[in-house]
Amino acid sequence: MDTSTNAAAVQFIGEHLLPGQLGYFLTTLSLVASLVATFSFAKAFYAKEVSVQNDWKKLANIAFIIESIAVFSCFVILFYVISNHMFEYKYSYMHSDKNLPAEYLLSCFWEGQEGSFLLWSFWHCVLGLIVIAKSKKWKQESYGVMLTLSFTQFCLATMVVGLYVFGYKIGSSPFNLLRDEMNWPILARPDYLQLIKDGTGLNTLLQNYWMVIHPPILFLGFASTTIPFGFAVAGLLKKDNNWMTNALPWATFSAGILGLGIMMGAAWAYESLTFGGYWAWDPVENASLVPWLILVSAIHTALIYRKTATGLRVTYLFFGLSFLFVIYSTFLTRSGILGDTSVHAFTDLGMNGQLLTFLLVLVLPFFILYISRYKFMADPVKEDAVDSREFWMLVGSLVLFLSSIVIITITSIPVFNKIFGTKIAPPEDPAFAHNQVQVFVAIIIGTLSAIGQYLKYKGGAKKGSFLKSMRVPLIITALISAVIFIFVGIAFNEKGIGFLAALFVATVSSVFSIVSNAHYWVVILKLKFKSAGASIGHIGFGMVLLGIVLSSGNKTVLSWNTTGINVIQKDPNNKNPAGNPMENITLFEGVNTDMGKYMVTYVRDTIDELEKKFFELKFVEKGDNKIKKDSFYLYPDVLKNNKGMEGFSANPSSKHYWNKDIFVYVTSFQDHTDEDTVSFKSNQIKIGDSVFYSNGYVKLENVLVNPNPNRAAGVNELVLQMAVHSVTGLKYDVSPTIRLEGMNMTMIPDTVKAQNLILNFNKVVDQTKGILEIGIKESSSLSNLITLKAYEFPFINVLWIGVLVMTLGFMISTWARIKINNAK
Amino acid sequence: MKKTHIILLVLIAFAIVVLISYTGDLSSYETIGSAKQKQGKFLNLIVKMDKTVPVQYDPVKDPNLLKFGVQDSLGGKINVVFHNTMPTDMDKSERLVLKGKVQGDVFECSAIVLKCPSKYKDNPNANQEQPVTFTN
Repeated sequence: MDTSTNAAAVQFIGEHLLPGQLGYFLTTLSLVASLVATFSFAKAFYAKEVSVQNDWKKLANIAFIIESIAVFSCFVILFYVISNHMFEYKYSYMHSDKNLPAEYLLSCFWEGQEGSFLLWSFWHCVLGLIVIAKSKKWKQESYGVMLTLSFTQFCLATMVVGLYVFGYKIGSSPFNLLRDEMNWPILARPDYLQLIKDGTGLNTLLQNYWMVIHPPILFLGFASTTIPFGFAVAGLLKKDNNWMTNALPWATFSAGILGLGIMMGAAWAYESLTFGGYWAWDPVENASLVPWLILVSAIHTALIYRKTATGLRVTYLFFGLSFLFVIYSTFLTRSGILGDTSVHAFTDLGMNGQLLTFLLVLVLPFFILYISRYKFMADPVKEDAVDSREFWMLVGSLVLFLSSIVIITITSIPVFNKIFGTKIAPPEDPAFAHNQVQVFVAIIIGTLSAIGQYLKYKGGAKKGSFLKSMRVPLIITALISAVIFIFVGIAFNEKGIGFLAALFVATVSSVFSIVSNAHYWVVILKLKFKSAGASIGHIGFGMVLLGIVLSSGNKTVLSWNTTGINVIQKDPNNKNPAGNPMENITLFEGVNTDMGKYMVTYVRDTIDELEKKFFELKFVEKGDNKIKKDSFYLYPDVLKNNKGMEGFSANPSSKHYWNKDIFVYVTSFQDHTDEDTVSFKSNQIKIGDSVFYSNGYVKLENVLVNPNPNRAAGVNELVLQMAVHSVTGLKYDVSPTIRLEGMNMTMIPDTVKAQNLILNFNKVVDQTKGILEIGIKESSSLSNLITLKAYEFPFINVLWIGVLVMTLGFMISTWARIKINNAK
Repeated sequence: MKKTHIILLVLIAFAIVVLISYTGDLSSYETIGSAKQKQGKFLNLIVKMDKTVPVQYDPVKDPNLLKFGVQDSLGGKINVVFHNTMPTDMDKSERLVLKGKVQGDVFECSAIVLKCPSKYKDNPNANQEQPVTFTN
């Protein structure tokens, strides 16, 4: 078994080749099976006779099930390879190491492109099997769904198959051997595996529990957009629009999961990356947000169609684009095209051509089909009622859609640069460039989601009844907004009064959305759980908006550099082109430092068994002594970088309160692994003598014998009472000590950190004359110091709770719709 | 014409206005030579460290002051001031993307994007570059 085809002459020792061979076989099998499934589902979809259709269906289902088994097995085998540290496989070598805690072995799985394609494929299989489980009740469109799903699976299978066709490499297999991929000389040796002690490990940024859970949820979100897309494709092909009822629960499920997945990524960014926040408008974040926005638009226009038989064109377009933008974002993040603009795109695997093909084989047919059916999707001619629910739902959907188009256009700048050879770079403040637009989208959507449910489909409500029903929510909104403005306020005025005003309006609008939807559910729906989906979803969305505005609008920097150590002057005119980035405070070990509302002390640092270096920081609230002061410890850490990067990556730590988070991370620290080369200088000294050092003098005041009554029996101590006087006039007391225990002598030096001074009691030179020898060492590396950034995020919990509430809303909708559909 | 069509047109017009106004905020990638001609304009430089200029950074004195020299592929050189902490491994980085403005003879930098060398140089497909961003 231990032979390899391309190196038959060499017998490699200790390789496990069976998992890889199985893996190659299974990826190829899944490729073939998905092709068979695609073909058979297409035949069944177009079959004119029921018996023919059933025959093809049977074959297609079997092919899909075989493909699923192959994908699941690949998944298990790759995990087996990683978890058993089989470094003969490149994937395992590149993405894991032996020291990794077990829970992060899963993160290794999806650190690389190949594993994450497998994960995506895995969810497609799960979803497809759910559809197949109900195949007795299939309608015509279900064949189209499975056709689309199988074809997408075929495309994904090509990504991991790793075959050479006519000299062109198709896909990159996760089961490739290290010695086939690398030209390292040692890999030619039969015993190379003994020389490769360990893998290169998981990127330190990904060693976080969110990275275990966020990718699977996000990819389930991505995978689930395929199903509504499949429904839309089937509808276009057959010119039959009856699929929307069956597609809606899939769409709400998908939107719920995708939204949750995106926000888990935001939580990861907040907790583990040092962006200083949860959202940075990074291209990778945008690329996953855009499909979600369009999917939400699609859900709303599909509801409009079901109630009023209008809005077909946008509904087809939105369901189509939500999926196609998932593929587009795959292209963006995996092709390496974002290299200069994104922090966390995948590394380039040299598959750009293939990724582009993947995008085009889905985009082009869809749009050709869409355009050819354009007339068929025409709305019945009639005037829209401005007082109708569908009118404002459509406006909201269009706003969301256009906002997503704006976001993706900006995100695609590197693509335009590639195509047109331009050299456009992101603006000076890329986040603000987005925020100044999206705050208005938030205002519009918040308000529309507040009033939407109070309007009737097709309009025609009694005059004044709408305003009457809005009265209570409006009053409550006004009250809550007033409370927020008085007690919390919004402090973000860096971008001028216009943006600040917009933030105030956005606050009111999101409160309005929360209140009005809660009121609708309680008063009009009488707390009926089955119809709660929309209300609860909207409440959650309003909370997300409110949380974003309050936390970002009031984010304050606590770590203004107040140490007074040669601080550069703050430019009063704010003309410093770097803005005002003096947000890093220097902390010396053991020195209590003033930092905004808190006195903060860098107590010590420790290193855990994974070489994570933790800094213990003690925060004590300043203020009146009579009031009980708040004090707490935070433990930000740094982890030595791997992946060819030297240095360290920082992990923030935060203290959670119900109404705010204190968020800190270490921006630099002194690495004390270097040996201290400065030596002690010896001085002979008597009581009353002084010795100079570079920054003052040290005086020996007294010598004490056994001053500590609680010392252990048989121990004698000789303690020097000394005073360090610095030129700045500060005095520090130190007491270096000699300790005698039988014949063992220990010297216990003492230090003055602020003066970089270590004092040692070397020996007694002449007991009768009272001459002693002390050692003085001055070392710049003595003072352990770190630089720290600290922020306060108020009401960040409103955002996180909002995400959960919104997801709950989507899931209630999904459940209620499945129940209704099953009852039919 | 239906009201929804009017609204759609208004919204699309608005989106186009937004995108056009956004282009006003956009910056560009410049060489050091051309950047010096554009005093005070926010722009991006793609450069590497100039090893002949010593890196000045002393966190004890000021953790928010970093000075170093860079050069670009055309041989242009400029000194850089960065009012922030020194990015880890900056001196080992093969390529830096600097964002900021030229003020007189120095480049006042507001953000640095590092391109770090990789251990896996033998393999063109492996992690050649690992981007890391440090911003304010």
